[in-house]
Amino acid sequence: MRKVYRKIDQIAGNVITLRAGGVASRELALVRSTRGESMAQVIRLDGENVYLQVFAGSRGIATDAEVQFLGHSMRVAFSDDLLGRVFDGSGVPRDRGPALTDNYVAIGGPSVNPAKRIIPRNMVRTGIPMIDVFNSLVESQKLPIFSVAGEPYNELLARIALQAEVDVIILGGMGLKHDDYLIFREKLEAQGAMARAVMFVHTAADPTVECLMVPDLSLAVAEQFALQDKRVLVLLTDMTNYADAMKEVAITMEQIPSNRGYPGDLYSQLAARYEKAVDFDSAGSITILAVTTMPGDDVTHPVPDNTGYITEGQFYLRNGRIEPFGSLSRLKQFVNGDTRSDHRAIMDGMIQLYASFKETLEKQAMGFRMSAWDRKLLKYGERFEKEMMDLSVNIPLEQALDRGWAILADCFEASETGLSSKLIGQYWPKGKPETAAAEERKAEEPESEGPKEETAKTEAEDEKPSTDGKPEGDSD
Amino acid sequence: MDARIGTVQAVNSNLLKVKFDEQVIQNEVAMVEVGGLALKAEVIRVRGQVAEIQVFEDTTGVKVGDPVRFSGELLSVELGPGLLGQVYDGLQNPLIELAEQAGFFLERGVDIPGLSRETTWTFTPTAKAGDSLRAGESLGHVPEGLFEHRIMVPFDWPGVWTVKDVAGKGDLKVTDEIATLENGEGETRKARLMQSWPVKIPIRAYAERLRPVEPLVTQVRIIDTFFPVARGGTYCIPGPFGAGKTVLQQITSRHADVDVVIVAACGERAGEVVETLREFPELTDPRTGRSLMERTLIICNTSSMPVASREASVYTGVTLAEYYRQMGLNVLLLADSTSRWAQALREMSGRLEEIPGEEAFPAYLESVIAAFYERGGVVRLHDGSEGSVTIGGTVSPAGGNFEEPVTQSTLKVVGAFHGLSRERSDARRYPAINPLDSWSKYESVVDAAKVAEAKRILREGVEVGQMMKVVGEEGTSIDDFVTHLKAEYLDAVYLQQNAFHEVDAATPAKRQSHVFDRVHDVLARHFSFKDKDEARTFFQELAQLTRDWNFQAQDSEDFHGLEKKLVARIEEVTRHA
Repeated sequence: MRKVYRKIDQIAGNVITLRAGGVASRELALVRSTRGESMAQVIRLDGENVYLQVFAGSRGIATDAEVQFLGHSMRVAFSDDLLGRVFDGSGVPRDRGPALTDNYVAIGGPSVNPAKRIIPRNMVRTGIPMIDVFNSLVESQKLPIFSVAGEPYNELLARIALQAEVDVIILGGMGLKHDDYLIFREKLEAQGAMARAVMFVHTAADPTVECLMVPDLSLAVAEQFALQDKRVLVLLTDMTNYADAMKEVAITMEQIPSNRGYPGDLYSQLAARYEKAVDFDSAGSITILAVTTMPGDDVTHPVPDNTGYITEGQFYLRNGRIEPFGSLSRLKQFVNGDTRSDHRAIMDGMIQLYASFKETLEKQAMGFRMSAWDRKLLKYGERFEKEMMDLSVNIPLEQALDRGWAILADCFEASETGLSSKLIGQYWPKGKPETAAAEERKAEEPESEGPKEETAKTEAEDEKPSTDGKPEGDSD
Repeated sequence: MDARIGTVQAVNSNLLKVKFDEQVIQNEVAMVEVGGLALKAEVIRVRGQVAEIQVFEDTTGVKVGDPVRFSGELLSVELGPGLLGQVYDGLQNPLIELAEQAGFFLERGVDIPGLSRETTWTFTPTAKAGDSLRAGESLGHVPEGLFEHRIMVPFDWPGVWTVKDVAGKGDLKVTDEIATLENGEGETRKARLMQSWPVKIPIRAYAERLRPVEPLVTQVRIIDTFFPVARGGTYCIPGPFGAGKTVLQQITSRHADVDVVIVAACGERAGEVVETLREFPELTDPRTGRSLMERTLIICNTSSMPVASREASVYTGVTLAEYYRQMGLNVLLLADSTSRWAQALREMSGRLEEIPGEEAFPAYLESVIAAFYERGGVVRLHDGSEGSVTIGGTVSPAGGNFEEPVTQSTLKVVGAFHGLSRERSDARRYPAINPLDSWSKYESVVDAAKVAEAKRILREGVEVGQMMKVVGEEGTSIDDFVTHLKAEYLDAVYLQQNAFHEVDAATPAKRQSHVFDRVHDVLARHFSFKDKDEARTFFQELAQLTRDWNFQAQDSEDFHGLEKKLVARIEEVTRHA
């Protein structure tokens, strides 16, 4: 029987201090008070004094509460029995199922040796054109969704989880609204995906400290599945809550804050989690999709700012749509060259035209007269937003590319799209006037070399994306 | 063997307080013994009989009362043949061997020597019995890839030493003794193929330090022509996320005209290191025709690796750079990113409960950064040859705002500033170095007067552009408009460079001065245009022609053909006074 301590010297925030010997750094303890039991973790040792962070919070803890050290640090029982289960932030079942006690693995383990990583090469198909076509998600990528409160980011995560071709889905919920947790569960159950999912959910009503364990629990389990050659998708929502929980604890521990109250190691702490995303040399992979809500829609806020330096791109979710500008997948050039020959051209071409549409909108708002070209752009922009950007659109990549061509053909003449004539010859929908204008011009001045030169130029331009797709790729 | 032992008193994340009885040395290495593992640590503060040590690994499981063994050695790296082509972590553990030994993860407490103890090297002596040598002078050499790797008298041997005997030509391991030397006081010491050196102390075994004057050609036009770097100089690249810092570093590591490149990936994404790791062995160095990896050394302490060794990694990098400099080689150290290193300092400072400076960075941040960049330089060695260490560091300022302590402290000590801007990267104008904000104190590869004129036109062109946004094209005079077009032309064909085009990616110095003369000629000319549309069409056409010209291999038929076409087109519209 392990020794039981009954004298707590100090209670501040969620941290209690007592005198004990032989305690190891990060060891777990069980705290029993009249209000129930809670796990606690050693966060600092100072001579005889042991600082414990109590998962359930310090409310109701008496100074003579029982504290018993368990002799091990935070761990999680790993087996296939995890699949289909829901746990809270301290690893306790949330679904009335039995607790798992076999084959414990430590959480927050060491990082992967860079020599054991490989350059990612597989695309994760999501059925969302704004991702698949314009910013492809790549296996082993770490990508946050930057958003503001009120946007449907959790719906988006749930959809990606359901449609992505992965073996295991792990949801880490931090400060999740209880409704959102239920929505996640219902959606996964309705689609029969619960059997390949594990959930670690900390809701907004749960004690703050439990929030801190969620990413480590989720990623430790993910790592074990990946080592079994599984492709794992980890969804973390919302990382800003996680950072805020860290801030709360840091302030309680009287740490010197660095920027807007966040601790100085915010970057390292976030990076240690995100860097768990990996494509193992000769084993599976972990892909991380996270939500980072931006307080006040401010991307220079410490949480999104530090996140941007860590992750491989970001999706901006605004007005219920994934913004084409600002959103970026730094790894897309590893995969979008081998999907279909028109993928990169459609990706660049449609976005350029959409940018022109935005300019036209501005002109329209200022009351300028709309030219014929402007009207074409307005028609295009509207269709692009409705048929490609809208989150309800759910089609595979190939179909999305075909739809892209259809929209272009309905709105423009082939030569106006800036796409190479080779691709136009191959993909321009049949029955649409491909080169009405060009033919007219030909009829007028048969020996003109104009169209030919134009073709040469567009082709040269088409070369560019393939060679220069990278600069917008990885950067700092 | 040193046998001083202390006991752990307090644990606060990776900072331990250790009680000791005898004495400790500031910055000496200590090993914390926990559950059969020995975790490496460094003494960083001493108060009474308590030493505070930072542990280079995760401290889970450390208990009060655990023993700590003090080594008496400062944190050091091993110097000797076999460094090039290696991938090390911040403490010089070879990652590839580590993977073979420990598998997928960087398990703590594993310590593998930086230099292989098994490999043999063919030693050729150059010193002979009776020679008088100082620290840093050659005893002989071994072949290492492209170079003759000098085996030198250890850098920390004071005074003059007389050679008693030297090993003959033969195959030796790094730990084998190669010579016996004696100093004036009758002390004899033995030199080996390898030596070790504490990373935080600069190697000073040279005759004198020289001023960096010779340009270091990076083959990036905007750098070499406008904001050049000198061999032995220092420069920094600050920029927000997504502006292209790492791509610029990767390009430089491939094309820079130096002998050895050391990449210190400090607290950044592992994926980026993996790209270098997997691609470099496949790439050929056009200068030597050998694999790029043979001249490259990677120090990799990515963001999820322990933060204390992140701090050590930049010092490890610069020490290895200084070592190759001692062989008369030109070395380029690329540190990406120094902000992560500064953050590591901030984390430790916070745990030490030091009084914080701006944004909670420690008050000594500035002097630490200055001391690091000061380790760059050109030196004349005792044998008369020259070697250099050039340092290029990226900075990742929070929120992309340059008014923060790390950027500002760095700007004070470097010789060139390549500021990346979000506007340029959003407009896909790569490399996204802002030509109006950046500066350099070094000499350009082309004529300085011409560069000054080009910069003036660039500035005026941007001003006209700003004005045009308000008054429209109609309200702008044709002269101003042409200035604007000239500036855009310079930007499009010279400042921007396609990093992924076979020819355009790297422009040698000779070609730069040739192309720049042509471009400058266009900038300096007076043109006569009927109207603005004619001017615009002309410059668009000219830009297209010049870009095509940039894509042609030097001195190919197309290169000369396009140049003729270009000259003819320019003549057509020139106004001859």
